[in-house]
Amino acid sequence: MEVQTRILKVLNTITKKEVGAGKDVGPAPEDSLFVSGLLDSFALTDFVAGLEEEFGISIPDSDLSARKFDTLNKVTAYVSARLG
Amino acid sequence: MSFLNAFGSHLPDRRVSNAEISALVGTTPEWILDVSGIEERRYAADSDTVASLGLLAAQNCLANAGKTAADLGMILVASGSAPRFSPGPASQIANGLGLAATPAYDIPVASCGSLIGLALAAELAPRFGPILVIGAEIMSRCIELTPETKDTSILFGDGAGACLVDANSGFARIADSILSTDGASAEILKIENGRIAMEGRSVILQAVRKIPRVLNDLLARNQLAASDPIEWIMHQANLNLIERVALSIKVPKERFFVNVARYGNTSSASLLIAADEWRGANPGELAGPLVFTAFGAGLNWGALLALPA
Repeated sequence: MEVQTRILKVLNTITKKEVGAGKDVGPAPEDSLFVSGLLDSFALTDFVAGLEEEFGISIPDSDLSARKFDTLNKVTAYVSARLG
Repeated sequence: MSFLNAFGSHLPDRRVSNAEISALVGTTPEWILDVSGIEERRYAADSDTVASLGLLAAQNCLANAGKTAADLGMILVASGSAPRFSPGPASQIANGLGLAATPAYDIPVASCGSLIGLALAAELAPRFGPILVIGAEIMSRCIELTPETKDTSILFGDGAGACLVDANSGFARIADSILSTDGASAEILKIENGRIAMEGRSVILQAVRKIPRVLNDLLARNQLAASDPIEWIMHQANLNLIERVALSIKVPKERFFVNVARYGNTSSASLLIAADEWRGANPGELAGPLVFTAFGAGLNWGALLALPA
């Protein structure tokens, strides 16, 4: 499964919405997940924890910046880099 | 060994409701309550200063302890909102207490400063004598009530708290503490040129990781479990954050003392204001462990354990 598809799966779980192109909520890859209202501060913490679980990665404190998780493209780039 | 001897506090009279500020920041009272758990906060009068609020909290604490300023061996004052960096409010408060030679030092750390003061006082009191730790803030002068800053400005209020740490007597023995600093994220929460700037989402991300971690570390190295009958007093930043921390360490949220609804986030003063109110509701001997925790600018965070004396 592609990285972005798995990220959307995590978003679906956290937001309890169908997220993605043609679904209930379909942010474009460059749309802010915050400005769109999809993630608030506490949903973001769940999202980051969900990414760690889904991808089996550990996100260090030094990377806990909302700017790294603002859009689907940023999240995809970050997770891909962590996966190496 | 040192003890928590007494607490004190002072809140300005002016109550500022969500209704009063919601129009200024372009939102509703209900939204403010939903995102913060805050119903109102106090704002200082024009004639108030950080030092004057701190002095009143100090006097209240000394009265509760049955002590006088002459008994003090040191004063530590936490404030992130003091208008002057050096000298800060500590020397003014000492002067206000009538002290001419007692050492009085500032801890210019917003939000976590009082916890740092308590932890340092526990170590220093056996050497210097009773130490008065004070947290005093006028955060209302560090914010702008505009739609652009609403995520931050709705949170803050003014006030002061104090605690007397004594090497010889008190209701709770300070058993352990952990203090930590992570400067890599210093830019996400700062007070600069008299204005607070906060990347709220990043602050929450960091706090939700760091606070439960330090609490679990403190408990583990003292052979305690979160399920033990512990009383928890946390920096009153935001009700949702307090409840998230409780959830993370698997403690019923009702075990966390909360007064953020009435005072908002008073930064470094909040821990001691909360402790003073908690103590007022829980006089007499301490029934079990008491844990303090705070998180704030720096980033600085930590936890402190007190046990029945």
